[in-house]
Amino acid sequence: MTLNILEIAYLIASLTFVIGLKMLSHPESARKGNLIAALGMLIAVIATITIYQPFDESKVLNYGLIALGLVLGTIIGTMMAKKVKMTAMPQMVSFFNGMGGACAALIAVIEYQNHNTSAISGFDGEFLVMLLGLIIGSVSFSGSLIAYGKLEGKIKDFVLPMNQVVNMLMLATILGLTIYQMLGNESTPLFYGLLAISLIYGVLFVMPIGGADMPVVISLLNSFTGVAAAFGGFLYSNKAMLTGGILVGSAGTILTILMCKAMNRSLTNVLLGAFGGSTAG
Amino acid sequence: MEQILNYIGENMEMIYFLILAILLGVEVISNVPAILHTPLMSGANAVHGVVVVGAIIVMLHASPDNYPSLIVGFLAVVMGTLNVVGGFVVTDRMLEMFKKKPKKS
Repeated sequence: MTLNILEIAYLIASLTFVIGLKMLSHPESARKGNLIAALGMLIAVIATITIYQPFDESKVLNYGLIALGLVLGTIIGTMMAKKVKMTAMPQMVSFFNGMGGACAALIAVIEYQNHNTSAISGFDGEFLVMLLGLIIGSVSFSGSLIAYGKLEGKIKDFVLPMNQVVNMLMLATILGLTIYQMLGNESTPLFYGLLAISLIYGVLFVMPIGGADMPVVISLLNSFTGVAAAFGGFLYSNKAMLTGGILVGSAGTILTILMCKAMNRSLTNVLLGAFGGSTAG
Repeated sequence: MEQILNYIGENMEMIYFLILAILLGVEVISNVPAILHTPLMSGANAVHGVVVVGAIIVMLHASPDNYPSLIVGFLAVVMGTLNVVGGFVVTDRMLEMFKKKPKKS
């Protein structure tokens, strides 16, 4: 019975995300839409803590840590968001986006520890979902932090020689390692190697892109984190995470394209235009 | 191959969700005025903070003496909460600014 209540709570949360995003795309209702989505999030979080598992005496420490984490995150998040200057908003969004990406990647890391590889022979869908969450989450994390640093003026534009070639090679390595592990060669060093390469790839992906194009990149990384969150939802068969994540994933991608159009540029131009970046800006 | 099909079959419901949500996301966003691009991005950023639910689930699964999991999970909860709370507050501040501007001019 209580589990049904949890599912209903997730349903309400998913609905508020859709309605919230819809309202956010109209000027008159935008602010209300934001509040509605926030309310849905609150419902999802509270329902998860209270209903997901009946209170277990031995897990007092876990509940304490969850509460502490929520309180800490709320206080720091509110303070940062309230203090930031209006002109510094885009990098703030990027920073928070990076936190979400890191959260998704960390979930994959922990679940990998609990993952029993020997129990499954052949295709291991759960492991694939974990890997994808790990890769996308960590690319989004490091990429967002670089975008944040660049907009803050803390990180200068820096282009590796043959940066695009290096990026393509790294992407191919990530793909290759994923497929190799999926073919029954799961190993802990490879898993963490993938984490490391993904982090570096995020840095090199954002590094050469010019400052003026940064909002587009942040929007793109935003949809990456959405997809990473959705993989998390897949892992737990959690519908609130799945809808919330993938909704942002697809809406974010469309938004990225719209932003490019508003700037009269194409996405490939923004992403690969690193070499012409200095002349274009 | 058979195992892949099995996995898809087991998760059919989730795959339906996935595809419908993708289409819904495209539909919801399609007509946005350029002025709302940044707040919408920020709002979407807050929504994918729902990943914090996953972090909480991780913590609820972890056994109380599994300290590495607890520490990493705790970090994930903090970061996820930062994403959610910071995201919504920043969006609200942006939209607040939007409301005041037309009145002044």
